[in-house]
Amino acid sequence: MAGFDKRVYSYEEAMDGIESGMTVLAGGFGLCGIPENLIAEIKRRGVNDLTVVSNNCGVDGFGLGVLLEDRQISKILASYVGENALFERQMLDGEIEVQLTPQGTLAEKMRAGGAGIPAFYTATGYGTPIGEGKEVREFNGRHYILEEAIVGDFAIVKGWKADRYGNVVYRKTAQNFNPMVATAGKITVVEVEEIVEPGELDPAEIHTPGIYVDRLIQGTFEKRIEKRTVHQG
Amino acid sequence: MALTREQMAQRVARELEDGFYVNLGIGIPTLVANYIPDGMDVMLQSENGLLGMGRYPTEEEVDPDMINAGKQTVTARPGSAIFSSAESFAMIRGGHVDLTVLGAFEVDQNGNIASWMIPGKLIKGMGGAMDLVAGAENIICTMTHASKDGTSKLLESCSLPLTGAGCINRVLTDLAYLEIENGAFILKERAPGVSVEEIKEKTAGKLIVPDDVPEMVFD
Repeated sequence: MAGFDKRVYSYEEAMDGIESGMTVLAGGFGLCGIPENLIAEIKRRGVNDLTVVSNNCGVDGFGLGVLLEDRQISKILASYVGENALFERQMLDGEIEVQLTPQGTLAEKMRAGGAGIPAFYTATGYGTPIGEGKEVREFNGRHYILEEAIVGDFAIVKGWKADRYGNVVYRKTAQNFNPMVATAGKITVVEVEEIVEPGELDPAEIHTPGIYVDRLIQGTFEKRIEKRTVHQG
Repeated sequence: MALTREQMAQRVARELEDGFYVNLGIGIPTLVANYIPDGMDVMLQSENGLLGMGRYPTEEEVDPDMINAGKQTVTARPGSAIFSSAESFAMIRGGHVDLTVLGAFEVDQNGNIASWMIPGKLIKGMGGAMDLVAGAENIICTMTHASKDGTSKLLESCSLPLTGAGCINRVLTDLAYLEIENGAFILKERAPGVSVEEIKEKTAGKLIVPDDVPEMVFD
């Protein structure tokens, strides 16, 4: 019996069940804290017509950018899609539908989705194109728009360490969207740099409790840097 | 003379206060960090999930897991905190950030701001800008006063898709420092050697010019 042991031993097993037409939520900000091997497995499988929810869409040739090469993504929700020429071309050619979403709203949509909250009001986007067609309500003299939560068929997450029960900690700013993504998948898959025994991680310092995690795999990561900026002098 | 980017950053830095939590946008706002007065403690918020952004790393310190909202490698200063993007935007949307400084394509006399999209030309996304302008009470917008061909960016009504409605009350351009109140720009200061006439000419929105408009002074 596996009990709470969430480990799987191949990326094929980690992404078992993903099909064309599904919605995939992905953690990461830019190229920082992205589930790079899980993305590569989605590419290998060749599933298409995916709806992807992620703050960014990688760069040409790395991260979610690789899923553009074989046109596997048909729709994306993201807050920022610069830095990617192939993406821009597919967007301008109408091959990919883009729903630009404010960063905080995107994070909250997934947080709400994972927490069983179907929608929430926010001032962000009121009076802008983002608010068009959305329900508006006034609270204490201010206008808010109704934004709906997001849940994914798959959530793919990059952690630092996890115990085999799937309790995850993230490293530095590689945390970003990963904790919210982890809560909002029907199947949540987490890849980490190191899997440890239960009891080795401080329970009070767990970022993502194992209850959200369905599959856990240890991988090796390239961790590409998008803008290497160093201190002069 | 129009202000340089560095002078603009220097002028914005005069609005900082000891103990402020501040979010600086990309471009000129980022430079403000170089002009925090000695002895003043300011904590910089980076919306990907860092409060207490430090300087850029040395070659040895470069860490792919340590970046800012502009995706540049950075360090965390002593006393910083790192958290999720939902936590980060709870700070921003909950009005906990004391000052936000960001750039714009256009601002109008009703405090509307357009900064994220030029239809048919540039569609990169709004990132955290819509959350920042909706959440902060204290925002300074930095921008050039007019485009290269002389077209004003301080308008009666923004022509580009908005980032936020009625949320901007202070603007620093390369020519002037202005406040927005009751549907008008109020000229508060002018760049050294820039005449009130030039500012009038390059402001398309309603402009109120007080009797005395001091010149900014730089060291």
